[in-house]
Amino acid sequence: MNSASCAAKISTQPFSLNPTSLTSHDNPLVFPKPTSLFLGSTRKLRLSSSSKLNLHRRSGTVVAVSDVVKQKKSKSTPSLLITKEEGLELYEDMILGRAFEDMCAQMYYRGKMFGFVHLYNGQEAVSTGFIKLLKQQDSVVSTYRDHVHALSKGVPARAVMSELFGKTTGCCRGQGGSMHMFSREHNLLGGFAFIGEGIPVATGAAFTSKYKREILKEADCDHVTLAFFGDGTCNNGQFFECLNMAALWKLPIVFVVENNLWAIGMSHLRATSDPQIYKKGPAFGMPGIHVDGMDVLKVREVAKEAIGRARRGEGPTLVECETYRFRGHSLADPDELRDPAEKAYYAARDPITALKKYLIENSLASEADLKAIDKKIDEVVEDAVDFADESPVPSRSQLLENVFADPKGFGIGPDGRYRCEDPKFTEGTAHV
Amino acid sequence: MLGIVRQKMLEQSLKKIPPAVSVLRSYSSAAKQMTIRDALNSALDEEMSADSKVFLMGEEVGEYQGAYKITKGLLDKYGPERVLDTPITEAGFTGVAVGAAYYGVKPVVEFMTFNFSMQAIDHIINSAAKTNYMSSGQISVPIVFRGPNGAAAGVGAQHSQCYAAWYASCPGLKVLAPYSSEDARGLLKAAIRDPDPVVFLENELLYGESFPVSDEVLDSSFCLPIGKAKIERKGKDVTIAAYSKMVGYALKAAETLEKDGIDAEVINLRSIRPLDRSMINASVRKTNRLVTVEEAFPQHGVGAEICASIVEESFAYLDAPVERIAGADVPMPYAANLERMAVPQVEDIVRAAKRTCYRSVS
Repeated sequence: MNSASCAAKISTQPFSLNPTSLTSHDNPLVFPKPTSLFLGSTRKLRLSSSSKLNLHRRSGTVVAVSDVVKQKKSKSTPSLLITKEEGLELYEDMILGRAFEDMCAQMYYRGKMFGFVHLYNGQEAVSTGFIKLLKQQDSVVSTYRDHVHALSKGVPARAVMSELFGKTTGCCRGQGGSMHMFSREHNLLGGFAFIGEGIPVATGAAFTSKYKREILKEADCDHVTLAFFGDGTCNNGQFFECLNMAALWKLPIVFVVENNLWAIGMSHLRATSDPQIYKKGPAFGMPGIHVDGMDVLKVREVAKEAIGRARRGEGPTLVECETYRFRGHSLADPDELRDPAEKAYYAARDPITALKKYLIENSLASEADLKAIDKKIDEVVEDAVDFADESPVPSRSQLLENVFADPKGFGIGPDGRYRCEDPKFTEGTAHV
Repeated sequence: MLGIVRQKMLEQSLKKIPPAVSVLRSYSSAAKQMTIRDALNSALDEEMSADSKVFLMGEEVGEYQGAYKITKGLLDKYGPERVLDTPITEAGFTGVAVGAAYYGVKPVVEFMTFNFSMQAIDHIINSAAKTNYMSSGQISVPIVFRGPNGAAAGVGAQHSQCYAAWYASCPGLKVLAPYSSEDARGLLKAAIRDPDPVVFLENELLYGESFPVSDEVLDSSFCLPIGKAKIERKGKDVTIAAYSKMVGYALKAAETLEKDGIDAEVINLRSIRPLDRSMINASVRKTNRLVTVEEAFPQHGVGAEICASIVEESFAYLDAPVERIAGADVPMPYAANLERMAVPQVEDIVRAAKRTCYRSVS
């Protein structure tokens, strides 16, 4: 089965494995009139262009990933998608993301945090849905909207908050900041300010995973990489270059588009000739999927399949998650261009509320359980703030550290001698 | 404040590092000759053989045997997984190489010329050079970017720019510019073994030139220190500092000057960042005159940086203003006679040296 032909099968049914229990906004008939929503200042533009395009966008035309998933669909009984433990884990992760970002906003307005801060409110389902399926050795590459990716991947809230305050106890000792979260331990490879910059880096990490398995013979190295980026990035050349190389070399990567419809003040529809991003996958020979990014369970199902594909060595996948950011692009953005009706529409689809409803309706958790989690997370976030407040700022000597991995940058080793004189540096069996 | 620190460091290092006489000069009577192309090829071959984490990536490096045949034979030896022919996607494949380097494999990225690296410069600077700092030492990037730099013959404005100054202004990068085969071998091996991003600027017109190499240079563990210049010719009247092809021109100019009784000391910079300020300053303190030579555009160039370094640290020792020779401040013209006028020639170096010695210039 070649992925190009499978990608061409467009199913008009929404990609949902359990239509009954999830807040369903996939059904085009239920969907409110598209033209009045989600377009903000482009409303006029919308009304004049073909509504056919609109319906297409909203009807959830989806490309099936593989036969395996199609089979799953037909066999699915109205059984639950998650266990209680998984449900609570997902809930806790999303609440952590939300509470943390809200606290960031507070701290910013109190002057404790500065510079560019981009908050993730509303998009938690994408981060939680994907990253909670990864192992520690899998890697995540993100953009400047990376706080919640860091938290989901396992970087402690204390370390992230300290980094944002610019303290020496931060995950990068205060040298990176909001937009440059790195963690070697948790394999979070940044944190990039330039959009599109992280995509080739993620492709490279996936390349190394394959290289390690095939050339370095590290058996069973099946590490997967996730690249998160937005709708605006999908018009950037590097995105297409990497789709090409990832498919060409069959790299274990999943390209996750967090399509929140806005790139600062530029609506996706004003910037893109064909706004259906998932269609760009099959053009390069990989499957393209569209999923409701406000629903963590749907995201999780799609993620399972995509990550599984990558782990099995079947190559990359492009996943477009339709999501929304409740706040502005950054804390400095007045957010005047977006239509309040659009914001209200997505606020009603808050992923946390939806998961809460699912858990309670399916008796996976009680109100009390969830409230306990809320309280616990509040304490974690408060503790993170206190920790960050009390942490020291970096010392003056830290300014010149870490420019090079090589301590003096002169090819001079830690013992003060030139590295090239050190026999260990120059040893190696070269059979020419 | 940092200036004072640097002054102190310079004083200390001037005391520590003796006036450099390259140890290898005593071997230079060896008969073997090696072209730069062979030097680079053998260096890559040996490093790939010694460490399976080293791999090559670039346009035409594999089946075409390298756009300038530098990577000849390596595809057959190491296979297509370690010698990767890439599509024409500089930004993409450079980023891919950087991402791979985050995980400790050691890519050697070839740019067909460094002019094309401008399409990838975001990754060289922002994801490679700055990452060790931004991640506070967690993620180092052991990558080498290599390729021909500077003017070739008749290739026009978009293929002739020298990028030494651009890359050397960025902290987090090491920038190397070899001249002879010994430089090429030693510095490339050092670059590949180095845990930091290295920009390795070769010169297309030098690829075919042969230089004498000693047995020590041919040894597979031969490495040169990064950040140390070499005195190619000892002298006492004027210091001529140059890199890459201009070192050859400077040596020829020194021969001409000798006939006029001016004994020039020629320094081969080898390393543009970190710049070997202590050696240049020590040399100028001895000769009291300086001429810097580069093929690049003059403004904000390597010569300007050297001049500033001398003025800051050895001003009292200067007997004449520093002479800075650079390429003409125009995009490289195509016509052969104009091109010749746009790059420094040996006569320009001779004239500048004479000016510093207050000899009349004919």
